[in-house]
Amino acid sequence: MNIKIFAAITALSMLMAACTKDLNRQPSDAITAADVYSTPLGYNQAMAKVYAAFANTGNVGGTGSADLPSQIIADEGNSDFLRLYFNLQELTTDEAAWSWESDAGIQGLHEMSWSSNNAIIDGLYYRSFFQITLCNDFIAHSTDAALAGKGFSSATVDTIKAYRAEARFLRAYQYWVLMDLFGNPPYVDETMAIGTFIPKQISRADLFKYVESELIGAADSGLIAPHQNQLGRADQAAAWALLARLYLNAQVYTGTARYTDAITYCNKIIAAGYSLHKDYSTLMLADNRNNTDENIFDIEYDGKYIQNYGGTTYLIHGPAAIPDSVSGCNGSWSGLRMTQDFISKFPDPSGATDHRAEFWTTGQTVDMTSLYTSTAGLSTFKYRDVTSTGAKDPDQDPAGNYSSIYFPLFRFGEIYLDYAEAVVRGGSGGDANTALGYINALRGRAYGDSGTYTINASQLTLPFILDERGREMYYECCRRTDLIRFGEFTTGTYLWAWKGGVLGGTAVDDKYNLFPIPTTDLSANPNLKQNPGY
Amino acid sequence: MQILLFFLCIGSALSAQKRTITGRVTDVKDGSPLAGVSVQPKGDLKNGTVTNSDGSFTLSVGPNVKFLTFSIIGYGSEDHALGSGPMLIALSQGTSNLNEIVVIGYGTARKKDLTGAVTVVDEKQFQKGTITTPEQMIAGKVPGVSIISNSGEPGAGSTIRIRGGSSLSANNNPLIVVDGVPLNNDVLKGQNSVIPGAGSALSFINPNDIESFTVLKDASATAIYGARAAAGVIIITTKKGGSGRVKFSLTSANSVSTLIKQVPVLSAAQFRSVVDANATAAQIATMGSASTSWQDQIFQTAFGTNDNLSISGGIKKLPYRISVGYQDQNGILKTDYLKKTSAALTLSPVLFDNHLKIDVHLLGALESTRFGNNAAIGAATSFDPTQPVYSKSARFGGYWEYLDPTTATGLKALVTRNPLGLLEEHYNTSSPKRSIGNIQLDYKFHWLQDLHANVNAGYDVSDGQGHTRTTDSAAETYVANAPGNGENNPYKLTNTNTVFEAYLSYAKDLPRIKSHVDILGGYSFNNYLTTLYNYAQYYANGVMIPSTTPAAPSDKQEHTLISYFGRANFSYNERYLLTATLRDDGSSRFAPQNRWALFPSAALAWNIKNESFLTNVDAVSQLKLRLGYGLTGQQDGIGNYDYLAYYSLSDSSAAYIFGDNVYQGYRPAGFYSARRWEQTATSNAGLDYGFLNNRIYGSIDVYYKKTTNLLNNVTQPAGSNFSAYIVANVGSMTNQGIEFNLGFQPIRSKDLTWDVAFNVTYNKNKITNLTVIPNDTAYPGLPGGTIAGGIGGGTAEISAVGGPKNTFYLYRQVYNAGGQPIEGVFVDKNNDGDINQSDLYKSKPADPQTFLGFTTNVTWRRLNAGFVLRSSLGMYDYNNIWSQTGNLNQIKGNPALYNASANYLTTHFRGVNAQNLLSDYYISNASFLRMDNIYIGYNFGALQHTRTNLRITAGVQNVFVITKYKGLDPEIGAGTDNGLGNPGIDNNLYPRPRVFNLGLNLDF
Repeated sequence: MNIKIFAAITALSMLMAACTKDLNRQPSDAITAADVYSTPLGYNQAMAKVYAAFANTGNVGGTGSADLPSQIIADEGNSDFLRLYFNLQELTTDEAAWSWESDAGIQGLHEMSWSSNNAIIDGLYYRSFFQITLCNDFIAHSTDAALAGKGFSSATVDTIKAYRAEARFLRAYQYWVLMDLFGNPPYVDETMAIGTFIPKQISRADLFKYVESELIGAADSGLIAPHQNQLGRADQAAAWALLARLYLNAQVYTGTARYTDAITYCNKIIAAGYSLHKDYSTLMLADNRNNTDENIFDIEYDGKYIQNYGGTTYLIHGPAAIPDSVSGCNGSWSGLRMTQDFISKFPDPSGATDHRAEFWTTGQTVDMTSLYTSTAGLSTFKYRDVTSTGAKDPDQDPAGNYSSIYFPLFRFGEIYLDYAEAVVRGGSGGDANTALGYINALRGRAYGDSGTYTINASQLTLPFILDERGREMYYECCRRTDLIRFGEFTTGTYLWAWKGGVLGGTAVDDKYNLFPIPTTDLSANPNLKQNPGY
Repeated sequence: MQILLFFLCIGSALSAQKRTITGRVTDVKDGSPLAGVSVQPKGDLKNGTVTNSDGSFTLSVGPNVKFLTFSIIGYGSEDHALGSGPMLIALSQGTSNLNEIVVIGYGTARKKDLTGAVTVVDEKQFQKGTITTPEQMIAGKVPGVSIISNSGEPGAGSTIRIRGGSSLSANNNPLIVVDGVPLNNDVLKGQNSVIPGAGSALSFINPNDIESFTVLKDASATAIYGARAAAGVIIITTKKGGSGRVKFSLTSANSVSTLIKQVPVLSAAQFRSVVDANATAAQIATMGSASTSWQDQIFQTAFGTNDNLSISGGIKKLPYRISVGYQDQNGILKTDYLKKTSAALTLSPVLFDNHLKIDVHLLGALESTRFGNNAAIGAATSFDPTQPVYSKSARFGGYWEYLDPTTATGLKALVTRNPLGLLEEHYNTSSPKRSIGNIQLDYKFHWLQDLHANVNAGYDVSDGQGHTRTTDSAAETYVANAPGNGENNPYKLTNTNTVFEAYLSYAKDLPRIKSHVDILGGYSFNNYLTTLYNYAQYYANGVMIPSTTPAAPSDKQEHTLISYFGRANFSYNERYLLTATLRDDGSSRFAPQNRWALFPSAALAWNIKNESFLTNVDAVSQLKLRLGYGLTGQQDGIGNYDYLAYYSLSDSSAAYIFGDNVYQGYRPAGFYSARRWEQTATSNAGLDYGFLNNRIYGSIDVYYKKTTNLLNNVTQPAGSNFSAYIVANVGSMTNQGIEFNLGFQPIRSKDLTWDVAFNVTYNKNKITNLTVIPNDTAYPGLPGGTIAGGIGGGTAEISAVGGPKNTFYLYRQVYNAGGQPIEGVFVDKNNDGDINQSDLYKSKPADPQTFLGFTTNVTWRRLNAGFVLRSSLGMYDYNNIWSQTGNLNQIKGNPALYNASANYLTTHFRGVNAQNLLSDYYISNASFLRMDNIYIGYNFGALQHTRTNLRITAGVQNVFVITKYKGLDPEIGAGTDNGLGNPGIDNNLYPRPRVFNLGLNLDF
């Protein structure tokens, strides 16, 4: 009888064992790397995310399916690259302050008293690394070996190779951002498999070499020639523009000046046929994607296809008090204002002489008497979601939330400034007269070629160049880097309202020239050492 | 099915001579028939029947049976010798119930044979009144179990915690098993319920159909459910039919729900004077001349009705029960209602000469719900009280709104909309459905009667669907110059869950060695399939909002659990009991190499009463010591697939443009293949006692739970994964506590009985590690307790090593000599001259450490009355309404004038310093004593010349709360969000109403 029991149990067990294969469940709406990287379309779509990670906050327009976990940034609308980068590069300077003190991470930025636990600093750090991991993933899946045997046409293979070079450029860009902001971040590349390693820290000087070699490598082998690529994709000029910026700041990054190299790459771009777009006030409008004369490489935004609450959407809604009729969007968030110290760099804030003074004055005081009051300080309407004819943005979403303004990460105006500065700082390969001509060309556009805008050779000094960079490039995420290069960021040389947390401004510890490595990463990665002073 | 056939084919129908015994069971007190009494041959737990509505029973027994055991909860158990004629048995209430049969995992057991910490609550002990979700019926009744309703909304679910839960970021909801069907309790993040469109997944089970709850608390009781038992198990058993004459039971209850208390805000007059004194002339000019209490506008007195009819009886050997119920409950928030139609069928036929017992359970419900827009609750506390409710224009539904002629919509941007408009112009309506059913076959082998085969096949399907609609004039969703206004967004999610289980059990008395053995071995297969449908968004007029087409029409989420389990019970001489269980669980949520885990347990019990030195001590009616240890597992609250790398396509509104081509992007998700089962080891020691013929009875348990390999959402080194946070097995946590339970019958006489039951639980939670590098002091802890205020929000709590989870983490407020808080002045903990994050300190816990429950009932002849008290001690609440709105900045610092919390009149805070939100001034002791329920009932007995029995009851729920806490309600559930949720954060809770109800019950 016992035998029968055992027989029954055995029969039952065998039947049951057959079901354990049900434990292999696969997601229905998602596919594996092998599926993605099996078709030309898959490559296009993977590359689209590599770029879109610059523009969007997640996989759903507006908010939803965020790229960054809410533990890093609770409000998804704050988690895109440009908004974070803008906050770190501009809110810390004379160009901008934000009214909402209780927004996560805002406190301490303009006052220069941030800690190693700040949502905006953490957000940028993790956003940059998210983009780097996407680039690494694409690069690893687009090697010659990975493409072999997939049966792609040679045209497809060429496209993917160009994509690969673009991914290298985009990765180098993000490492440059990390190098500039954090100095010594962890380092990962495409050879390290996800989830299997703990990254090592790289020194700022070594990272400089890496970024330099990657940019040169990408530009020389793979990136498409200037003006030849599809709109929205990086070309050789994008890599050259970043190289120019990299060399201009080499003294800060490595202790060794490289102004001659900066001039070399400015010259390459100038030779590639770029020119100044005719009207400064049309640089940041809903149809500025067409400004291919001036714009070298843009982050795309689109009211229909590329929606989020950061990016240029932030730059049209953010400035305080700008009416809908001017901003072209559905209401001001009453946040961004500028210090009087920056405003005073213009001959007059009305824009009557220097048209770059696109400041909103109604209801605002010129003096930033209070750091967290939306009416204290003028705001700017440099970014407007209307077309150059003044028409409504044709791609705008019906509610009027999202901007269609492209953000130029590099535009030709900056190249003139880079060139002039490198020459004045003693770089060779350029000359002072040409530099003066470039600066006067920029100023001519700014003044509508009328009035007294030209300067003479003796006026082309470093302090003048810094101020001119401010006037030309404000709200384009350059200011912090520029002030550091000129030694004016943390020191008492230049004070602005609420620098150091006091109304008249005060010098702060030099440690603030770098941001701290987030404490969250320090607890997760034992290889990391905090930046000095934090 | 193959297995079923297999069992049916075995053996042939043969048996020894049998006798048929009939009889009737009554209450000794008044001679009334007792239905539902379990009648079994003594010592043979596998046979037996229950009495029907008139107390009668019929049972066929074998030739060797000498005694029958009669037992029913509340009356205890008695053995009676078989006689020649019908047996007439009178049972008395309140005696020992040790022989009572309780439902445990995979089978039943006599209460006295239990070795684990198990509590049974049956119908007689349920909380009474208007109950929309069944778990509320046992609130305050079970030591170690905390049940907190998530809000006052009809059908709102509850946060159920057994012994404090064992997990940090995974799931702390206990496993709920309905008649053998384990339910999916894994609420997706960001959703309120497993079934969208339903306030709670359990609300589909009609409380009137439930016979009992069995709560399994320690590992020796729960380990048989290994995989998902770490947070405890609640077994719900529904009512069955009896035998004989058909019996009808009709209950009808009607209720009135009222708002008890409003959030104190400034009156229109107070508001006006504050604005006049502080605001700019331009702001002052915006005030209206009305005097509106917005909370009066949005709340209402709500009516509810609940009618149930059940028909039960037996046709030959087919006991059946059919019930239908209809509930229509309005919420106290205007527009809010829940309508529910439910039906249940149970059939329990016995075939093949009692060799095959079949249990069929089917239950289902359809709900029709409109969820009042909860945003109106917050809006009502901050809307300007000087403004009128209605404008004179038909625009925006006729509701007064803040206007701004310079905007395209004409509405002021970034301001709150009219609270009543938010309700009346907003339709979140749904019609979710759910059905749970199973068939269970228990076959007693003809050739070996001690061997049973049990097969259980069941399903749980639900369909949650509805629409969120706003009218085209609703200010909430007003869009200018668009192809449409308003919104009309469908949503839908279906769950299809299946279970198949089979086990063999063998029970044998071994009289020669005075022993009894009982072994069981089986297999379980559970599959959970959830399909979430994605839809484009639409305007109220049905036109699609551009760029809202989802990337995929639906998302299927499926996971599977497969388990093998075994249990052995051994008892010696009615004194020593040993239980050992072992379960091997596999979950599809882990990578193959980590998929399976073994969960063992062992328990010993010593029935001291049966020792010779106590058998003759009459004062002691029972005394049993229990010791147990076991491991249980956890895999809920984690992703179904993220042990493997996969990519998902973005929506077309989050795409990128290359030239003229728009591409949706493929995003790789973070993944972690090394994830394993979270494990909880529980040690438990308990003593069950009864004195003075069990007039005093109860138990005391002490336990220690240690959870290791915590499924914890931790940071990954930047650059090493696609996601910065991944759920990994990092950390450990302990819960230790004492549970004490005392029942007492001070008066027991023919006319008057008085019962008192009391329970107290003390639970101490402590986190012992949270980091990969153990006890990394640089890591402050896991933030939690999201608070509103500012933009982007902040957190007020931390779960840190060395303390309990959800500890408030705030700045220490500085007070002036008069005891008033000084705005913006906090203790500089590290004396660095700055107040920043390093000055936050670990303050009080949000979770209570002590829970108490007290129930009393008095029966005097036909009248009975009682009440239930419940209390939690040692918990703190953060008043987010005070902190967010109790300052001048709330009034004048927004784009429009807003009303403030009355707390402003105490603090006079200006609200310019964002750090104020993190002041410990805003937390206060929220310990409370609540009377959940008070009732009185009268039993008219049989109406003249009929067999119709009439009872009426009247009661009040949520009678009073005694607390020092000044907010609306001290009791804040952890929310249904997985993981930490927001316990102790008081912010615009849907108020729990006071409910008056009147019910009648007709049995015929």
